[in-house]
Amino acid sequence: MSIVTVQLGQCGNQIGHEVFNAVCSDVRGTHGLCSKKENESYHEACKERFFCEEESEVPVARAVLVDMEPKVISQTLSMAARSGHWKYDERLHFCQKQGSGNNWASGYSVHGPRHKEAIMNLVQKEAEKCDRLGGFFTIMSMAGGTGSGLGAFVTQCLRDAFPNSFILNHVIWPYSTGEVIVQNYNSVLTLSHLYKSSDALLVHENDAIHKICAQLMGIKQISFRDVNQVIAHQLGSVFQPAYASEGGSQYSRNPLGDLMETLVPHPEFKILGLRNIPQMPENSLAYSTFSWPGLIKHLRQMLIANAKMEEGIDWQVRPPRPGPCSSPSHSANKPLHFNTSVANLVILRGKDVHSADLGGFRDPSLYTSWLNPQDAFNAWKTPRAFNKYEKSAALVSNSQFLLKPLDNVVGKAWNMFASKAYIHQYTKFGIEEEDFLDSFTVLEQVISSYTNL
Amino acid sequence: MTQAVVVQVGQCGNQVGRRFWDLALREHAAVNQKGVYDEALSSFFRNVDTRSSGDGSESHKGKICSLKARAVLIDMEEGVVNEVLQGPLRDVFDSKQLITDVSGSGNNWAVGHKLYGCQYRENIVETLRKTAEYCDCLQCFFIIHSMGGGTGSGLGTFVLNLLEDEFPEVYRFVTSVFPSGEDDVITSPYNTVLAMKELNEHADCVLPIENESLFEIVNKIHQMINSGKLGSTVKQNSLVTSSAGGAKPGQEKPFDTMNNIVANLLLNLTSSARFEGSLNMDLNEISMNLVPFPRLHYLVSSLTPLYTLADVHVPSRKLDQMFSDAFSRDHQLIQADPKHSLYLACALLLRGNVQVSDLRRNIERLKPSLHFVSWNQEGWKTGLCSVPPVGHSHSLLALSNNTCVKPTFIELKERFMKLYRKKAHLHHYLHVDGMEQSCFSEAVLSLSDLIQEYDELDVTNGGPRTDPSRLKIAV
Repeated sequence: MSIVTVQLGQCGNQIGHEVFNAVCSDVRGTHGLCSKKENESYHEACKERFFCEEESEVPVARAVLVDMEPKVISQTLSMAARSGHWKYDERLHFCQKQGSGNNWASGYSVHGPRHKEAIMNLVQKEAEKCDRLGGFFTIMSMAGGTGSGLGAFVTQCLRDAFPNSFILNHVIWPYSTGEVIVQNYNSVLTLSHLYKSSDALLVHENDAIHKICAQLMGIKQISFRDVNQVIAHQLGSVFQPAYASEGGSQYSRNPLGDLMETLVPHPEFKILGLRNIPQMPENSLAYSTFSWPGLIKHLRQMLIANAKMEEGIDWQVRPPRPGPCSSPSHSANKPLHFNTSVANLVILRGKDVHSADLGGFRDPSLYTSWLNPQDAFNAWKTPRAFNKYEKSAALVSNSQFLLKPLDNVVGKAWNMFASKAYIHQYTKFGIEEEDFLDSFTVLEQVISSYTNL
Repeated sequence: MTQAVVVQVGQCGNQVGRRFWDLALREHAAVNQKGVYDEALSSFFRNVDTRSSGDGSESHKGKICSLKARAVLIDMEEGVVNEVLQGPLRDVFDSKQLITDVSGSGNNWAVGHKLYGCQYRENIVETLRKTAEYCDCLQCFFIIHSMGGGTGSGLGTFVLNLLEDEFPEVYRFVTSVFPSGEDDVITSPYNTVLAMKELNEHADCVLPIENESLFEIVNKIHQMINSGKLGSTVKQNSLVTSSAGGAKPGQEKPFDTMNNIVANLLLNLTSSARFEGSLNMDLNEISMNLVPFPRLHYLVSSLTPLYTLADVHVPSRKLDQMFSDAFSRDHQLIQADPKHSLYLACALLLRGNVQVSDLRRNIERLKPSLHFVSWNQEGWKTGLCSVPPVGHSHSLLALSNNTCVKPTFIELKERFMKLYRKKAHLHHYLHVDGMEQSCFSEAVLSLSDLIQEYDELDVTNGGPRTDPSRLKIAV
């Protein structure tokens, strides 16, 4: 089944481009470390998911590019074409002349309705090219105006037009020290709206990725391109083909569906986070060796201690002792900085993957009490190595990891809202104070649900 | 890609405007190697094939034939505009874009606003419409004028009013040159306060400029060059005050160096809208992020670096110095010290070889020394444009919405009251048809209200003493 990617706004388009780049170069690489047959299977599955083989010589990405101003899209299209290894379908892009001005209301209430038909037409065209549609993957940032506002509107339209398809929103959490002054307003409005129409939100935090670039990748002058490449690598490690069941003979055909099924058992809990290990500069790879026990142990501790990368993990954090747990507020039993999970998915790629022991992840104390650990934990594997890493492991988790940042953003937005600053910029385009209050309410509910896990 | 139209009014407006167009051409010439009329050029220029018939409303794609500025030049005396038409930039302007008269406004706001406003209304609207029609997607009007005189101040604000009526959806950015204390025009406080009422009510953003600050910057650069310490190692065309590489080498007029600074300000402001970058910042984003309350739209600006040394290698310490300078008192374009006042919001627009990590590092470094209002503790808007300005490898434009404008406004009000109490020179204004005493009292009230708003922010630090309590969810 194929995934249709919708790239929204500057951030969405920049990241989308890096994702297709990463996926394409992984497939073309000779580092598979597995049999030729395996490699071919992998290749076929990846192509079906992300690319379309038209009459052109290079694979064409299954994507629709949307932005309210032309500069980024034209850059993205030309960079892809210049790579010589893949390209976009030049017809499937939509842009206007004047951006959304970082104004969520402008993106949602003005540009959305105005351009709904044109954008949905493009999506329809791309969807029709798929033999079987596996769902939609939208990429957007929360801080700006187009990705956030128009993105929320488009997600709603996708839900209306394709009620039975999976929709996964990839959302970029902005730097906490500000990229855009009204980013907290935009984030609150986006998250609350997405929560209603989307199946799951996969979140990447700019701060976390920046740290990975600085400390693990050793990049001195970090550019957005570097950040986007790390994000693309992490996404690739999840969405490249893998076997969803032990002893499966075929690569899973339905990645989005499988993901939702394993990770989103309850509609109140839709926020997913991504961790990937190991991460290092390419030229260090040759000098490093990895072992599955080591990687898995680190990954598990990263989950428990809510660490975003393999350095600086707090090894003191331990899961709570299992004991009589009759009180309804069982969160009182858990140490405060322990990260409780609803569900987890681990994806292992590379050499000797079948020898890897994932017992540590099945420990019931990691999870909330209302799900069976058998149901709460799943693993996908493939012997085919990803992107030159001999062994790599990715963890997609539905847990409390985003609780603190979410609480921060809602708190700051509320503070600003109390002083009524910038509100006139939103009411100008039809988003009233009641709409803000509704959004705050939705998110306070989400915060409360996750806190009480 | 959007377009912007520059409306230059009065002597000051047209002199600054002239420098702006010269430097704009210089910048595009440096970037545009192939001589093709591209999107970036189209934001300020039309490409007209003068040989073909027709009124030149079709912008000719492909090679550059003849560039025409998207500008409207207005002056009630002919001197400055005529100079432009006889100078090297004459081909850049269409005669239909000019509106002139002979006798001037006599440094009288009422003459500019009421008399000439009335007289030339049709003409101005017609010209603006024409210019707007040539634009595919007009985003913004830039008005350049001075506040102390008659034409720029009076007629300029009349045009501002017109723009709001005729083009309500298009942003209005006003670059206003405020008179200094020792201005030789006695009635400049009247003109300035009367004009400010219009700015309060009809402008989206105002970038106030004071001649004193420009003068100090020019002096500073002069000292640096002549002190012998740097001497010949400064790249001439990198000076923020220089016209080098522009159309008129050598023959500089007295205010040209100061006006170049303002021209560079406008170029840097629009750079991210014209050129590509990893984090674009368009003009509507500036207005959205920097104006938390409709009337508080006065933005203090600063440009760094003022010059570049000829050494190619710039260590990151120099880069960090650029950030520190942007917040120092002597780099601001008005006599104000934002560091010791309250920030409502701040925007940093970087050009050239600067990456997001440099930006983040410097924001972290400078944050502790700046006071931000309580509900906007991380009130930073950032933009990264890949194309540096001419002669530099990188540059920074900082726009601050800060209560440091309050002293400037308070001083202005005092100078106004000094004259108004004695009713000095009032009769010159009241003579003019449509002008009444109430115009004055309303204007000073508008200014007082504005000062009051800034004052309240200063006193309460922008917010309630304790954080407002969040919504509670029943579990």
